[in-house]
Amino acid sequence: MEHFAIWVAAFLTMGIISFLYKDNAWYKLSEAIFVGISAGYWFVTLFWDNIYGKFWVGRGDDAMLYIGAFLGLLMLMRLVPKVGWISRWPLAFIVGATAGFYLINYFSSNVMRQVEDTIMPLLGTDYSATTYDMIGNIVIAVGTFSGLVYFFFSKEHKGVFGGTAKVGIFFLMITFGASFGYTVMSRMSLLIGRLDFLFGDWLGMIK
Amino acid sequence: MNARMKEILVVAVLTVFCAIMYWGKVDGWMTGFQFSFGLSMTVVILIAVSLLVILYLTLRGKLIGRRVVFLYVGISVTLPFFMSLSQEIKISPEVQTLYEGIAELPPGSVVLTAFDYDPPSAPELQPMAESFFRYCFNNDLKVVVIGLWPQGPQQANIAIEKILLDEAIAAKNLQYGIDYVNLGFQTGNEFVIQRMGSDFKSMFPTDYTGTPYNDLPLVRNIKNFSNIDYGFNLSAGYPGTVEWVQVAVDRYGLKMGAGNTAVQAPQCYPYIRSGQLVGILGGMNGAAEFELMTGTVGKGTKFMLSQSFAHMIVIAFIIIGNVAYFRGGRKQKL
Repeated sequence: MEHFAIWVAAFLTMGIISFLYKDNAWYKLSEAIFVGISAGYWFVTLFWDNIYGKFWVGRGDDAMLYIGAFLGLLMLMRLVPKVGWISRWPLAFIVGATAGFYLINYFSSNVMRQVEDTIMPLLGTDYSATTYDMIGNIVIAVGTFSGLVYFFFSKEHKGVFGGTAKVGIFFLMITFGASFGYTVMSRMSLLIGRLDFLFGDWLGMIK
Repeated sequence: MNARMKEILVVAVLTVFCAIMYWGKVDGWMTGFQFSFGLSMTVVILIAVSLLVILYLTLRGKLIGRRVVFLYVGISVTLPFFMSLSQEIKISPEVQTLYEGIAELPPGSVVLTAFDYDPPSAPELQPMAESFFRYCFNNDLKVVVIGLWPQGPQQANIAIEKILLDEAIAAKNLQYGIDYVNLGFQTGNEFVIQRMGSDFKSMFPTDYTGTPYNDLPLVRNIKNFSNIDYGFNLSAGYPGTVEWVQVAVDRYGLKMGAGNTAVQAPQCYPYIRSGQLVGILGGMNGAAEFELMTGTVGKGTKFMLSQSFAHMIVIAFIIIGNVAYFRGGRKQKL
């Protein structure tokens, strides 16, 4: 069984990689198997973990679970066209609850804490900043300010305002470049992982 | 011979080659290849020269096909597996602070480890998980594993099983339920973290094997985040580090470090400067640095050579692509 499993994994990996040569039946088969298995895996996991594992097993201890299950059933009403409108109720609950949850979290963690950290005293809060820290603080403050100016479209980008916006573009470009570099690194890691499987785990060619 | 026949022939040859290699592995006579230092350097020089040739051809107006680029990337990733070269790894401040964060934990401290990734991200995150567990078990830290991604806890089990085979750790005779626990997966994304802030047990009534929460000595007395000494999140996206910072760190004051895929790392770096995260391991590079800090050589370190080679090839083809672009543009103007 172990031999069969590793050959299937290798067959499907090479099937996906074969797309680099050209679109072909092997690739399509591998892709279809992946999509089908993923959907099945999610269904089984969520069924046994939630509907059975959490709701059915824990229903005696927590009456709130019945409310969740009821809302879940209402969501399924979408499958019946005549009463499909009922599914908007649980959807409204999800949208409202999530919006409220995110509003506070994002405002606190990603706005207030980051704004606070952008405007730092040049010499540090306890006068211990090194030259490197000072340069870093200035770069972050200038980059944030000029980046915000670039996205201010109520005033024409001319003169000092336009110059500041241009500085903002440079900072944005550097940011996108860094993100792109990291993305390339991540994608290469995925490729490294698969090739390590093919040459190492499967063929045993790596010492 | 037409193109179709050639393709079939190539696939047949590859299949036979793979079958022989696999048979060799199973039979025991295939123990792997390792280039000597001289051969490794020769290969590197040959690749560099071939890239110069491609650059020259591009300057002459002869453009290469995209399949050549794919081939070069594949070669640059694969060949370093067999090379006897090593790469210097420097510790970055964010990895240093993460290490210091766990190094100051006294033995017996409870570490919550959230596995929020699945097998596709394993090449980057699995080495981090293994190094982290190795450090925890070597230093008598108690590990509680959870996952907001369905396959996360399975990845944790794979890492734990591997680490428990280490001689030094096996000698400690660590017990499941006492020294480490895997509470499994729970759906609900950031709302799970929110509920854990008030009651762990409500989100994880049993562990991944179905053992009731109260029957697990390690977690029996853990009510919420106030009973956790350190949090470590391995994340490949949503839900992941951002959600842990927003809820567990900012609302409940959990001290936390994170290991991220390279794609996600830039999104999380601002949390270090603001003190919301103790440190970050960013991508494979972060994994390699952490392995160096913890004194182990794992796949993070081994894969870095492939990573660096692939980057060099990408940079080379960016240059070649730009040369082709500007040359083409100049031609059009003429």
